[in-house]
Amino acid sequence: MSHDHFELLSNQALAACAVTYFLALLAHLYQWAIARSLPITASVPATATATAGGTDTIVRTDQAPGEQLDEKSDRMAMFSRIGVTLTVLGACFHFVAVVSRGLAADPVRVPWGNMYEFTMTGTLVVVVAYLALYRRYSLDWLSPVVTGFVIITLMVDVLFLYTPVVPLRDALQSYWLIIHVVAAILATGMFTIGGMSSALYLIKERWLAKGKTSTGYLARLPDLAALDRMAYRTQAFAFPVWTFAALIAGPIWAQHAWGRYWGWDPKEIWAFITWVVYAAYLHSRATAGWKGRNAAVIALIGLATLWFNFIGINFFFGSGSMHSYAAPVLTVLLH
Amino acid sequence: MGLDKLDEHKDSLDRRRETAFALTPRELLRWMWRQLTSMRTALILLFMLALGAVPGSVVPQEAVDAVRTANWQQAHPHLAPIYGKLGLFSVYNSVWFSAIYILLMISLVGCILPRTKVYWQGLRAKPPQAPKNLSRLRQHREFETDDDAQAALTKAHDVLRSKRYRVVVSTDDGSVAAERGYLREFGNLLFHSSVLLVLAGFAIGGLFGYKGGVIVVTGGGFSNTLSQYDDFQPGGLFSPANLAPFDFTVDNFDVTFIQSGREAGMAHEFSAGLSYHTEPGTPTKKTRISVNHPLTVDNTKVYLLSHGYAPHITIRDGKGQIAYAGPVIFLPEDATFRSTGVVKAPDASPTQIGLEGEFFPTYAFTAASGPFSAFPDDKNPAISMTVWTGNLGLDTGAPQSVYSLDKSGLKELKASGGRPYLVNLSMGHTQKLPNGLGSVTFDGISRYVKLQVSRSPGDLLALAGVSLALLGLIGSLYIRPRRVWVRVRREGGRTLVEVAGLDRSSGGNLAGEIDVLTQALTNDRHPVTGTQ
Ligand code: HEM
Repeated sequence: MSHDHFELLSNQALAACAVTYFLALLAHLYQWAIARSLPITASVPATATATAGGTDTIVRTDQAPGEQLDEKSDRMAMFSRIGVTLTVLGACFHFVAVVSRGLAADPVRVPWGNMYEFTMTGTLVVVVAYLALYRRYSLDWLSPVVTGFVIITLMVDVLFLYTPVVPLRDALQSYWLIIHVVAAILATGMFTIGGMSSALYLIKERWLAKGKTSTGYLARLPDLAALDRMAYRTQAFAFPVWTFAALIAGPIWAQHAWGRYWGWDPKEIWAFITWVVYAAYLHSRATAGWKGRNAAVIALIGLATLWFNFIGINFFFGSGSMHSYAAPVLTVLLH
Repeated sequence: MGLDKLDEHKDSLDRRRETAFALTPRELLRWMWRQLTSMRTALILLFMLALGAVPGSVVPQEAVDAVRTANWQQAHPHLAPIYGKLGLFSVYNSVWFSAIYILLMISLVGCILPRTKVYWQGLRAKPPQAPKNLSRLRQHREFETDDDAQAALTKAHDVLRSKRYRVVVSTDDGSVAAERGYLREFGNLLFHSSVLLVLAGFAIGGLFGYKGGVIVVTGGGFSNTLSQYDDFQPGGLFSPANLAPFDFTVDNFDVTFIQSGREAGMAHEFSAGLSYHTEPGTPTKKTRISVNHPLTVDNTKVYLLSHGYAPHITIRDGKGQIAYAGPVIFLPEDATFRSTGVVKAPDASPTQIGLEGEFFPTYAFTAASGPFSAFPDDKNPAISMTVWTGNLGLDTGAPQSVYSLDKSGLKELKASGGRPYLVNLSMGHTQKLPNGLGSVTFDGISRYVKLQVSRSPGDLLALAGVSLALLGLIGSLYIRPRRVWVRVRREGGRTLVEVAGLDRSSGGNLAGEIDVLTQALTNDRHPVTGTQ
């Protein structure tokens, strides 16, 4: 296959992947629509694994009374399975899209040369992380959020960030690029999943504060403590990875490329800000009066700085940053 | 005592102090120290650090890009002085930014020291005795066994040891106390101490290092002495004697540009071939440097930053004498390498001559845009320059940039319509100047490279610091400290075993661990009851 063929394949695989995710989202939405008419009976005491993921409030379907309810919860379980299966299929297409993007370049390279490719890979990490943790942490409740988020992000990616395949710039040709970017993408994906938990925490907290406890999606989310734990776990995993990406691999690469470890370039500044905010998040969970709600808010601020760094910087400070993948100027050359 | 409890305890002490009426100076100091080193203060300082870093990404920074900063200041004459006073052009050296991180560091030291002491004492402490009522703990299991009490205790001891718990058996009480995960706190302390190490590294680099820039035309050379640098930024304690005595010649320069597509005109690869001597008199070595591959000599690094064109220009004066000949460095203005430069011929007679203008590597012209460069490679090179005569001002002794003309003593040469007279030349051609001034020839082109030479001695320390920090962080975040107790009692001829645990960190899966332990203890399938 020629390089052009691979580029075409990548585009087609991404389209197929978006359609599949969309169908998965529909399945999950339908699943949760059924849930609205299904009352929540007394919480089943959690088993060991349930506490790990925090499914304390989710009803064991086989315990819902009445035949009609049984049928409904069976349908719920079926659509949940359909959704996850479609997501797995979508992830396969997604993977093909990412790999063939790299094969499309001449010479063949890693598929992280610009924002289009970075976003494509980042969303794949989100999906794979979600699938990998699905069983262990009973992530059924996260399905509509993940699929919805990934579809919207991919849409933005294709509509606004699409770039034809080009070779990597000199500054991007280094194995430190691979290490740095892999770590950054991994951390970004995990922080994003953690942010979803934190956001759901805040939503559910407000909802509980209003005294609502009826049926529907929010009622079936894990309890607040479990959401908080899920958020902490993913973000505590992502934090050292980010530390490595932004404060070790990044500077080493910058040293190779530009002769300085750290130059307070906008991209570096915001990577540092993200790091400090997440450090504050980890602290807040150990500080009286800051646990729970405030910690979740800080986590979301951290996520906002992370995504701003990734998307915002390129648009607002494009030419001022040596890292500007998006700016079609020879910044590196002119410095 | 849990660290957050320690903190809360401190806080409550502080609150009691606050309500006391008169504080002695000593008490006041103590109070301030406690405030500063409290977890809440650390949190707020971290926030301030994050916020304080923001302006540096919005306002151009002197240390990062002096030219951009100067342009910005010119474009904002009202804001610039205010921003300057606030230190916004050098945020990371400003008083207020330094204040934030110095406070944070003091807080950090104040935090590490007492915790290290607590940790040190805790290291040798035994796991605490089992609480009276184990069933009050959140994770609690109970089962019967056929073993007698002593055997059950021994088994509990063995199982916990094999899971790397520190175990104490107290036979009188019929209980086993176990604890693991001591390394978590160690990791945390290592992390926080390493942050200090990183800063020490930065400080050393900032004081003893240097960074300089130099432009070398291919074929030209450089030796590492102060006078050879175009710009030089020494650290506070730098001494010129620290300059490594190497020298090199730039033999050649290669660049490949992307020919088509959206990113056409981007340099795909560029590299320079150097011959160098690590010290005068040592054998010549050859190397190629490119963006990701600097030359390292004696801990000093030579980086290839960028490149450009140096057209060879010859100026003959009115008498036909060569008044200037050689490559002239033109600085690129945009991605197409339209470049600007000046030529100064102070020896020309009857009058000194200065040229100022542009170089186009691939000259193109439309009526709408005027002359421009269509591509960065030298496919159709041309120069277009205005001519200035009079006094170049070179003998006043005042330093002058080689990239601009001091026009105070100069007059621009005009064409017939009053418009500026232009020397427009493609390569290999000569243009005669009017009024018997002489002629200008565009002989050829060389390329030049812009190099950065730098030495930053604290880097390795900083790097070691971040790596240790990462190691500590991993220990601190992934090691789960927990305590487990087992109590055995005889009741009506049966042996009852209780297992309970306490998680000392957030996010651990204690229930799962207790289940596994219970499983290991009851191989005789008695039903287990429990609470979670
Ligand atoms: C340069 C400033 C600081 C940074 C970047 C920082 C960063 C961090 C990070 C990333 C963690 C989470 C990892 C872990 O649990 O070990 C942490 C935890 C912790 N930090 Fe800091 N820290 C800083 C200053 C401080 C200060 C000044 C204090 C003292 C008040 C402090 C006390 C703690 C404590 C007690 C924990 C453990 C929290 C827990 O058990 O979850 N830190 N810090």
